[in-house]
Amino acid sequence: MHVPAIELVSLTKCFGNSVEPAVKSVDLSVAQGEVLAIVGGSGSGKTTTLKMINRLIEPTSGSVKVMGEDVTNVDPVGLRRSIGYAFQGVGLFPHMSVGQNVGVTLQLLGWTKDSIIERVNELLTMVDLPADEYRDRLPSELSGGQQQRVGFARALASKPQAILMDEPFGALDPITRDALQQEFRSLQKKLELSVVLVTHDMSEAVLLADRIAVMHKGEIAQVASPQVLLTSPVNAYVAQLIDTPRRHSDFIESLLHGKASGGAR
Amino acid sequence: MSPRLTLLFEQLPDLLGGHLTLAVPAIFIGVLISLPLGVLCVKSATIRGPVMSLVSLVQTVPSIALLAIMVALLGGTIGYWPAFIALLIYSILPIIRNTIVGLESVDPAMREAAKAVGMRPLQQLFRVELPLAFPVILAGIRTATVWVVGIATLSTPVGAPSLGNYIFSGLQLRDWQRVIFGCVATMTLSLVLDQLIAVIETSIQSRRKTSLALAMCAIVGLVAMGIVPGVLGPEAAGFSKLQEKENESEKSDSSGPLRTTLEGQVVRIGAKGFTEQFILAEILREKIEDAGGTPEVLSNMGSTIVFNALAKNTVDVYVGYTGTIWSTVLKETDPISRIAMRAAVAGRLYDEYGIVLAGALGFENTYALVARRQTVQRYGLRQIGNLTPVAKDLRIGGDPEFFGRPEWQRVRNLYALSDITEVGMDSTFMYQAVADGQVDVAAGFSTDGRIEAFDLAVLNDPKEAFPPYDAVLLLSPRAAKNRDLVHVLEPLLNQISVAAMRTANRRVDEDGVTPRVAADSLLNE
Repeated sequence: MHVPAIELVSLTKCFGNSVEPAVKSVDLSVAQGEVLAIVGGSGSGKTTTLKMINRLIEPTSGSVKVMGEDVTNVDPVGLRRSIGYAFQGVGLFPHMSVGQNVGVTLQLLGWTKDSIIERVNELLTMVDLPADEYRDRLPSELSGGQQQRVGFARALASKPQAILMDEPFGALDPITRDALQQEFRSLQKKLELSVVLVTHDMSEAVLLADRIAVMHKGEIAQVASPQVLLTSPVNAYVAQLIDTPRRHSDFIESLLHGKASGGAR
Repeated sequence: MSPRLTLLFEQLPDLLGGHLTLAVPAIFIGVLISLPLGVLCVKSATIRGPVMSLVSLVQTVPSIALLAIMVALLGGTIGYWPAFIALLIYSILPIIRNTIVGLESVDPAMREAAKAVGMRPLQQLFRVELPLAFPVILAGIRTATVWVVGIATLSTPVGAPSLGNYIFSGLQLRDWQRVIFGCVATMTLSLVLDQLIAVIETSIQSRRKTSLALAMCAIVGLVAMGIVPGVLGPEAAGFSKLQEKENESEKSDSSGPLRTTLEGQVVRIGAKGFTEQFILAEILREKIEDAGGTPEVLSNMGSTIVFNALAKNTVDVYVGYTGTIWSTVLKETDPISRIAMRAAVAGRLYDEYGIVLAGALGFENTYALVARRQTVQRYGLRQIGNLTPVAKDLRIGGDPEFFGRPEWQRVRNLYALSDITEVGMDSTFMYQAVADGQVDVAAGFSTDGRIEAFDLAVLNDPKEAFPPYDAVLLLSPRAAKNRDLVHVLEPLLNQISVAAMRTANRRVDEDGVTPRVAADSLLNE
C-alpha cells in the first residue's frame, strides 16, 4: 500500500495565550493523487490547519508527515519549496513579471537560467497562457482568471507531489471559476497531484474533492466522500453545511421541470 | 550680461562644485546608513525606540547650530568634514522614517506569499519587501535631497564653500542680486537632483535600463565635476604641497638664496562675514597672487571657528582684531591700553597656540554706539553715559554676536544700561534701522562706511568700556615658518589708515563696487 502523501497526527495549535486552541488534535491523511477538501465556516481552523502543513504556522503539538517523512524537524524553507501553494487572492508579486513569478521557486532552488525559462514556458502552456505573449507582462496587466492561472503555474513549478490551495477560486466570477475548476480537475488527474483544498464553498468541495473534511470549532466533525456526506451526515452542523448544494441542485432541477413554485426553500 | 552678473557666474563652478561634493555624498552615505537602520527598526522593536528618538531629537537642533557643534566635536576642524557630517545627519531622518513606513505598508499577504514560495528571511526582504517599499523609500530620499541641498548653504560659515557663499556675502554686501543668484542656484540644484531621482524611480519601475543608467551617470557626473575644482582637492593636495615647499625652503635656508616666490603654494585666507573682512581677504589674495601663489579664501567664518582653524593650520592667514581676541579667545574682561594689548595678545597667542601676530595693519575697528541726529538732539546725547537715565525707553540694535560678547556686558555694567532693550539683527540692516528710527542706538563699527553714509553720530566712550580693536595680521604656526609668505605679506603692515578702510567699506556698501575692486584701489593708493 502507498504511503499517504500527507498525514496529520493529532495536530494542535494554540495562538498566544488564548485558552481555546484554534485547531484541536486533528488527524487527517491525504492519499497520493487524492484531492481532500477542508470545509468549514470562518474561524473553524481550516486555514490554520493548511498553513501548518508547510509550516507557515508552527504547530503547538502533533506532527505532519509528507510522503511518510516527519517534517516537524526539517528546514521549513526546503519544505515550502517542495510543496506547491496557491493563495487566496492569488498572491502574485506585483513587481515581478509573469515569468519571474512562475519561476521564483525554481530560482530559489538554484535552477539554471535556461532550465527555468524552459520550465516556465512549459507551465504557462499547461495553464493555457501562450508563453511568448504573457511571460513578460506584469500581473496587473492580466485579468483575475489569468492571474489565477499564473498562480497555479507557480504552485506547480517545482513539480511538487503535493499542493496546498487556500480558497483559490474565491475571487473569480462564476464563469471563469467554473472553467478554471474544470481545468484544475483535469490537470490534477493528469499529474496525479495530491491536493489539500481549503474552501468555505460546499458546492466547490463537492465538485472537486475526492473526500471532504468538515471542520467546526477547531475539530474535525466528519471526513468522508461527498456521497457519504450527502447521505449520512454525522451531526446537525454537517447536515446544514451539506444541505446548501443539495438545495441549489434541487431548485435548479425543479426549474428545469417547470415546478419553480415548489418551495425551493 | 552685466559685469556683476559675469562675476557671479565666474564663481559658480567652484561654489556649485563645493555644494555638490558636500550634498551628494552626504545623501548617498545617508542612504547607506539609513536603509539598514530602517530595516533593523522594522525587525526589532527594541532598537526602534532609541533610534527613532535619537534621530528625531537631532533633527530638532537648528541646522546652523548643528554645523557649529560639529566643528567643536571635530576638535575645531573647519571646512568640508563638519559640514559633511552635519548634512549626513540631516539626511537620515526622512530616509529612515520612509523606510519604516514603506516596509510596514507592505501587504502581509505578500510577506506570507514570499515565505510560502520558499524564500528565506533575507530573500523575503530583498526580493519582495524592499522592492515593494521602494517608492515610499525613494520619496524619503527625495525629501532628504531637498533638505540637504538647502541646508548645505549653511556650510559657508564653517568654512566649506557652497552656494551659501552667494547668500551670506550678498547679505553682508547688501547685494540682493547676489543673494537671489545664490537662492536660484540652490533651488535649481535641488530641482535637478530631485528630478534625476524621479527618473531613476520611473525607470526602475518600468524597467528602462538606459534611462536608469543615464540618470545615474548624470548624478555621478555632477559630483565628479564638483570634485575636480572643489574642496577635497586643495585640502588634500594643497597643504601637502605647502608642506613640501616649507621643508624645501627650510632646507635651503643655510645655503641657497632666499626665495621670494609662492609659486605652486596654496595659501588659505580666513575671513569673517562682513564687508571689511571681504576687502581685507581680497587684499591678501592679491598679494599672494602677485607672488605667484594660489590663494583660497574661506569667508563668512565665525570668530571662534576661524581662530581654531588658524591654530590648527587649516587656515594660513587671517586678519583679526586685538579686542576680539582679548575677550573671546584669551577670556580677559578688563581692557588695557592699545599698545599693551597688542603686545599681550601677541605674546599669549604665540605661547598658547603658536599663532604669530605679524603686526598691525594700521587701523582700528572698534565697536561704536551710533545714533541718528534726531535722537541725539532729543536726549542730548554726547557720550554713552547720556543713555543711562533713558535706557528703559530705548532699543539698541546689534548683531546677535555682539550682545553675547563680554565687551557689551562691560559697557552695560559701566554705564548702567541693563534696562535697555536689545534687538538682535544682522549688521546689514542695523544702520538702516537706526537711521529710520526703528531702533534708537546701534552697536556699529568705527570703520563702517555707513556711519558716514547715513549721517550717524558716534557716541563717545569716556570710561573706555570698549577695548581697543587693532586690526592685526595673524599667521598660523605653519605659515609663520614660511618665509616666502611672510615676505609677501610684510609690506602690508602699518599701511592701512582708518580713513582708507572706511572709504573702502563705503565704496562696497554704498557704491556697490565689489570687494575686489575696493581692495584694488586701496592697494594702489
